[in-house]
Amino acid sequence: MSRRSSSRSWFSVRRGRVAVALTALAAVGLTAACSGGSSDTVGGDAHSGGGQLTLFAYSVAKPGYDKVIGEFNKTEAGKGAQIQQSYGASGDQSRKVKDGAQADVVSFSVEPDITRLVDAGLVDSTWNADANKGVPFGSVVVIAVRKGNPKGIHDWNDLLKPGVEVVTPNPFSSGSAKWNLLAPYAAESDGGKNPQAGLDYLGKLISKEHIKVQPKSGREATETFLQGTGDVLLSYENEAIFSERSGDPIEHVIPPTTFKIENPVAVTKNAKNPTTAVAFKDFLYSQAGQKAWAEAGFRPVDPQVAAQYTKDFPAPQKLWTIADLGGWKQVDKDLFTPDTGSVAVLYDKATK
Amino acid sequence: MTDTRTKADTGGSTDAGTTTGPGVVRQRSAGPAWRSRLTGSAGSLGLAITVLWLSIIVLLPLAALTVHSFDDGWSGFWDAVTAPAALDALRVTVLVSVVVAVVNVVMGTVVAWVLVRDDFPGKSFVNALIDLPFALPTIVASIVLLSLYGPQSPVGIHLNATQPGLVVALAFVTLPFVVRSVQPVLIEADKEVEQAAASLGANNLTIFRRVVLPSLAPAIISGGGLAFARAIGEYGSVVLIGGNIPRRTQVASQYIQQQIEVDRPVNAAAVSVALLAISFATLLILRIFSERTARKEQASR
Repeated sequence: MSRRSSSRSWFSVRRGRVAVALTALAAVGLTAACSGGSSDTVGGDAHSGGGQLTLFAYSVAKPGYDKVIGEFNKTEAGKGAQIQQSYGASGDQSRKVKDGAQADVVSFSVEPDITRLVDAGLVDSTWNADANKGVPFGSVVVIAVRKGNPKGIHDWNDLLKPGVEVVTPNPFSSGSAKWNLLAPYAAESDGGKNPQAGLDYLGKLISKEHIKVQPKSGREATETFLQGTGDVLLSYENEAIFSERSGDPIEHVIPPTTFKIENPVAVTKNAKNPTTAVAFKDFLYSQAGQKAWAEAGFRPVDPQVAAQYTKDFPAPQKLWTIADLGGWKQVDKDLFTPDTGSVAVLYDKATK
Repeated sequence: MTDTRTKADTGGSTDAGTTTGPGVVRQRSAGPAWRSRLTGSAGSLGLAITVLWLSIIVLLPLAALTVHSFDDGWSGFWDAVTAPAALDALRVTVLVSVVVAVVNVVMGTVVAWVLVRDDFPGKSFVNALIDLPFALPTIVASIVLLSLYGPQSPVGIHLNATQPGLVVALAFVTLPFVVRSVQPVLIEADKEVEQAAASLGANNLTIFRRVVLPSLAPAIISGGGLAFARAIGEYGSVVLIGGNIPRRTQVASQYIQQQIEVDRPVNAAAVSVALLAISFATLLILRIFSERTARKEQASR
């Protein structure tokens, strides 16, 4: 009896398993169907041609592109162009394109993320040979604080006060994080003349006392800050402006000495739609494009357009640039190379 | 990653089937017609397809992951798994999952009890509600909880970026496991035995402890174990409410994602293998346990 019943139980179990397997199949199928596209499409109507573009950009550029793409679709070249957009941490996005994600235009936070694609043969080495060095827009590093600035933060040294918690993204994935750390580094080291002073400052800032979270991108850092973590958010000026305009209870301080952010854009060699891609890139530099960037809170590179927006973008007392520190190639090698760069080592030590 | 997790989940449900098996089997007093329909073997072709499918979907990816995690040798693997941040993430994950499993064991049994033994208006609606966390994308669970317990909480409870927040999120998505494994056993349970115990003078507590609980125990434990295994690998439901704060609320799956984003795939693979080992050990222990109780019950009859 017991044997028979045990064999029967085996069959009933097996029958159950078939059902489970079918359910599993259905579940897998559903998951696959649901997890389709994560990027959203913005653009004019699909019937008038103009072509499809895929844009891989860093996370914080989204409010800018939302405006700029609308303007681009109003131009002759951009009429009916559909732009598939993908946003994420700059370094992460760059590695995705390098690993085979199809992109026509890439827009990253920092130059090394485009250099990675040049080294991989995906972007022409002359991408930054134009007058603007491949940089159609930029910003400056600012310190965002809670409304009313309860902790009285005005300059870089205020961040080192006991108990001040700073939110800044992870420099191994985020471009924003690199700018954020370069700003006080340049300020303390007098533009790189005294690297040790800069590193001493960063050593105090990048510690368990001040940096407790490691968001992957600038956007995620803002969200973390808005959800209540930390006293200070290091960010792009445009990101702070965007957040303030959306009614979030924060305000931003431009420190007396800060850093110029330059965000590069390039067209890839394997672009599926090179004509529209180049037209789109060129539009970013046009008067209309530059105005759209300025409206979205990004600092335009065209001096004429910039002159119209001086009220929105006050000039800090001293603005260091990446060129002052010896250019990205040097800075990336000295400071940010995993395991050897001095900032990379500091960050690893504090977060491991 | 998502696919392997889905697979692990369904693998788990299979276990639920076997452990609740004895109860279910007892009911089916099988006739010969029923048996002959099921004796048809699938043959060697069926076996080949099964092996091939399992290899493509489960075994090969897992093997690839394991090999990848040793790209930097044994010491690289060990360093990655024992990095303080990795250990903290694993510790938080296991701790929170244990709490969630215990909460589920208690609440799930109560819910199953009420659904089986009590009649009330809207019972079938509540019954259907239990499966909602299975059907709902887990990220939706995260948003739902964030809107209720987040910074803009309408009820003034802030669980955002805290460990209790993690527990609530995981309890939400693992709710069905214990309920759904206890329910069928409870339906099958012999009420006459309870009545006999009562007529012999046993009070309610004694009846529950000595009569009901022993028959429910295998189902409760397997349900709790599945909830634990699921909680360990959960990502979507904690991604928004958890806060991802290293050492405090960062769970292993978030740590793995972070390591991928900062371009350290070997670290990610190593921690994944550690997580896999924990899940596998849990399921294995459950299986051994349930088989042993099934044998015991078989022998006692």
